[in-house]
Amino acid sequence: MTDASFFRKEIIPPSAPPPGLTGPWNWARTNLFPGPISSIQTVVFGALAIWLVVWAFPWFWYSNWTAPNLRTCRELIGDTGGGCFAFFTERWHQFLFGSTFPATERWRMVLSFVLMLVALAPLLYPMLPRRMTYFSIAFPFLVIWLIWGGTLWLPIMIALGFGLGWLAYRLARPLGNLGASIIAVVVPILWWYFLASEVADQLSQFIGLKLPVIQSRNLGGLAIAVIIGLSGILLSLPLGILLALGRQSNLFILHAVSVGFIEFIRGVPLITILIAAQSVLGYFLPPGTNFDIVLRVIILVTLFSAAYNAETIRGALAALPRGQYEAANSMGMDYWTSQRLIILPQAMKISIPGIVGNFIGLFKDTTLVSIIGIYDLVGLFGPLDASTDWKGIYWEFYFIIAVIFFIICFSMSRYSIWLERRLRTDIR
Amino acid sequence: MAESAALKKSSSPQAAQSTEVAVQMSGVNKWYGQFHVLRDINLSVARGERIVICGPSGSGKSTMIRCINALEEHQQGKIVVDGTELSSDLKNIDKIRSEVGMVFQHFNLFPHKTILENCTLAPIWVRKIPKKEAEATAMHFLEKVKIPEQANKYPGQLSGGQQQRVAIARSLCMKPRIMLFDEPTSALDPEMIKEVLDTMVELAKEGMTMLCVTHEMGFAQAVADRVIFMDQGQIIEQNTPKEFFNNPRNDRTKLFLSQILGH
Repeated sequence: MTDASFFRKEIIPPSAPPPGLTGPWNWARTNLFPGPISSIQTVVFGALAIWLVVWAFPWFWYSNWTAPNLRTCRELIGDTGGGCFAFFTERWHQFLFGSTFPATERWRMVLSFVLMLVALAPLLYPMLPRRMTYFSIAFPFLVIWLIWGGTLWLPIMIALGFGLGWLAYRLARPLGNLGASIIAVVVPILWWYFLASEVADQLSQFIGLKLPVIQSRNLGGLAIAVIIGLSGILLSLPLGILLALGRQSNLFILHAVSVGFIEFIRGVPLITILIAAQSVLGYFLPPGTNFDIVLRVIILVTLFSAAYNAETIRGALAALPRGQYEAANSMGMDYWTSQRLIILPQAMKISIPGIVGNFIGLFKDTTLVSIIGIYDLVGLFGPLDASTDWKGIYWEFYFIIAVIFFIICFSMSRYSIWLERRLRTDIR
Repeated sequence: MAESAALKKSSSPQAAQSTEVAVQMSGVNKWYGQFHVLRDINLSVARGERIVICGPSGSGKSTMIRCINALEEHQQGKIVVDGTELSSDLKNIDKIRSEVGMVFQHFNLFPHKTILENCTLAPIWVRKIPKKEAEATAMHFLEKVKIPEQANKYPGQLSGGQQQRVAIARSLCMKPRIMLFDEPTSALDPEMIKEVLDTMVELAKEGMTMLCVTHEMGFAQAVADRVIFMDQGQIIEQNTPKEFFNNPRNDRTKLFLSQILGH
């Protein structure tokens, strides 16, 4: 346009893009064969991928799932290169429930697992009816009874302690917020310590509601990984939020305690804490106290993951524009109201990828408990290798463990992507 | 001033009950570390009065109005808002904040909430108003800023001008007795400034007590009862808009006006 003066008489209407800019062929051309070097790379890596599939194929195709022991298995397979997975057919229940879990009680684990899915559903999928969360709240108490057995009255009494705490808070409200909070903490602790088990005992005399007791050392396999992993995930999230807020706090003591805790946990390997939980803690606890090993591990894994979550959430809190805090404050919202309605929902959304990453790490870290004598999935290798039938199995065993963990961790990852997409509100 | 008195009478009944002074700042000083940002601020704002505050950047004008709802802390002096003196007591601060609306330069809408939710959150959780009633109020004010049809969208789907009008509606839903505007049009495209200013003019006509930090001199001339010029943390000059623009007395004011009106 050489003319300095120009004016448009009519607006150009939008039109479709010319052919060749879209479609699968175009995709292949721009992504796989854009130039000579890229084309060579595509061919080389394509060939490598095909070779890998061809190489691994017989291991699955000629695999044996039925032989009674490794020697027969190897004979049946011959030199086809197949894998020997027959141990899994024989011992699948060990992978699920642990090697010493009583066979007659397996139904309790299966039922617990199904109930777990029902309890988790409303937490994971916001479109489900909100009333389902009542079951989610009751679920932990129910599942403790289902898994460890004993009388149902005990978990009910423990749950009652929370109710008492809430009631005490409501009644002590006139004493002021701090006083009421202290009373709300003290009352349930007294209840649990002095009365709960006594009352549960008495009640179970009338109506038993009893299941055979199962010791924690008899739990194992995938079940123990899910118990520890899920408890750790559900408990470490709120604790992580509190720690992150504590670290941001202007109150010096609160800030110092949060920073100290986070930095200590992050500076120490999980395995040392686990070993400490198994042995050292015993010296410090009063003699005669029987502090369940699984409970110890859950507490430690929770503290561990909470420290990492706290740092992820702190990053998200720092990323929020100051204006969000100011807007909430300028409308008269107090600290907790603005945190709950404005700040945390946004901060949690930002930290979803990081937190889910922490959770995946936590779940995989549950395999470390095999070192302190809990027969989780990885720990099952001990009994397997010690048996005369299956001594000598390595690849197939660890392959199955890897597949189980991959399915669970990949699901978590996909869920986090789904959730992120769902929570996006900035699409124009 | 006679005009503003007339407007006052026609305004909401709330405005009539309370003291005639909406905001009183006496001897207010503030420092950021060693830096003296506010120096001996004395300002009295009558109920129903519209004040425009201007001045070069860094002159402390935003800081001053942010002291009124305690987004900034002042270290010396006394600020009385709507008959209540600002203290460091959190309850007292929250109470004052719920009576004072604020509109920010960057809107600060809550991006994870719909427009309607943005407008109802504080009434529901701070004022404890039933949800239905809060929504009705919100729709009333959204209609007033002329975007009721956007109620169920998210802030990210709206233009800047629309977002700022929502921000004004959001503040109004708290039924504030004083409105603070902190450069409400500075982040907007030229084409959107007018729609926001129109909303503000409307509000001024209804007798709302307003303190606006702005460089929209047309707006100042149209609605302000008083224009305040600040520099280096001090009030340099204040006057009626007519006197202020036609007959500035301080040299710094003259320079400032020549800079912004010069082209």
